[in-house]
Amino acid sequence: MAAEIRSPLPGTFYRKPAPDQPAYVEDGAAVKKGDVIGLVEVMKSFHEVRADIDGANARFLVENEAPVMAGAVLVELD
Amino acid sequence: MALEVVKPGLLTTIQDLGRPGYFHLGIPMGGAMDRMALRAANLLVGNDEGAAGLEAVFMGPELLFTRDAVVAVTGADLPIFVDDVEQPGWTALPVKAGQRLGFGFLKAGARAYIAVSGGIDTPPALGSRSTYAIGALGGVEGRAIAPGDVLPLGQPSGKAKPGASVPETLRRKLGAPTELRALPGLYWHRITEAAQRGFFADEWKVAPEADRMGYRFRGGEPLEFVPREAPFGAGSDPSNIVDGCYPYGSIQVPGGTEPIVLHRDAVSGGGYFMIGTVISADMDLIGQLQPHMPVKFVEVDMETALKARADVAGMMDRIRAALA
Repeated sequence: MAAEIRSPLPGTFYRKPAPDQPAYVEDGAAVKKGDVIGLVEVMKSFHEVRADIDGANARFLVENEAPVMAGAVLVELD
Repeated sequence: MALEVVKPGLLTTIQDLGRPGYFHLGIPMGGAMDRMALRAANLLVGNDEGAAGLEAVFMGPELLFTRDAVVAVTGADLPIFVDDVEQPGWTALPVKAGQRLGFGFLKAGARAYIAVSGGIDTPPALGSRSTYAIGALGGVEGRAIAPGDVLPLGQPSGKAKPGASVPETLRRKLGAPTELRALPGLYWHRITEAAQRGFFADEWKVAPEADRMGYRFRGGEPLEFVPREAPFGAGSDPSNIVDGCYPYGSIQVPGGTEPIVLHRDAVSGGGYFMIGTVISADMDLIGQLQPHMPVKFVEVDMETALKARADVAGMMDRIRAALA
């Protein structure tokens, strides 16, 4: 069954903690509840987005550094 | 007799209509970024228009009522829940002690105003309960609300009318793009005619850095300056001036690239030229802009600006009449 993680905030989405570091979650990886899956930048700060469910085979629907709206689905999971 | 903060949301702050009178000392006016929305929320719950409420930005808090109250949420379209049952916005909602107010994902706008009958009764600082976080003034210990905070409430007036709501036509909406009317200012001559035309012709987008201090925009062409020899006291960048006062609403363009409209928690002065000032009638709209939303600046003269101010004041009068 598919599950999804949504962005709680509007802003700019980042998949990595810093430009020269690997992504928090690689495509196809598994995610555990509480894991950081990315950052949303808004109002001069970066806010961690955490998984609220466990899941496998992560498929990101929003690219690194792309604008996101609040409620946008960031990643789908099995 | 209070409101308990279960989850704070993102930088949710206590705001009233602010503390004018100290800007010359570097202390900004502060207060709600969408003043009409706060006034309407207060009227719905029977408060004075300037009572303190909560300003939630992009994300709502979760609050637990420890007494019966009337609550209203205005401004941004943020789905409202009382004990998981969805409720209408811009409406006086009766709540019982023990009930919880929560929110869903933001649908439109940026800032929601939560007013509670009696108003939030934290100690005023310099005549206002507004939170100025940069200066650690007002609100709860000068900061955004945090989990476990207990927000004291004042004595309800008894004038709240549960079920009353602000008519749809009296809720201001953003355009697409949102048009912000602006009056060219003192330093208008510092940029070329092509840059003057370009500033108003270009479409700008809200930068994610935009906050209560200022709203930054990007995406338009950089401004070209008229060549000059920098006067004594001004920095070497063409966008520098001899330090001046920054009015609320003024549009500074550091380096000529990204305009910043100063808002309620603005700095009071500095060394960047200002292209002009957003008119007072449109400042509330800025408070409802999300990152990446498109905006156009529209040039107006003083007569148009004053007419717009009167129109917005008239809209507020109609809200008062509708809720009287």
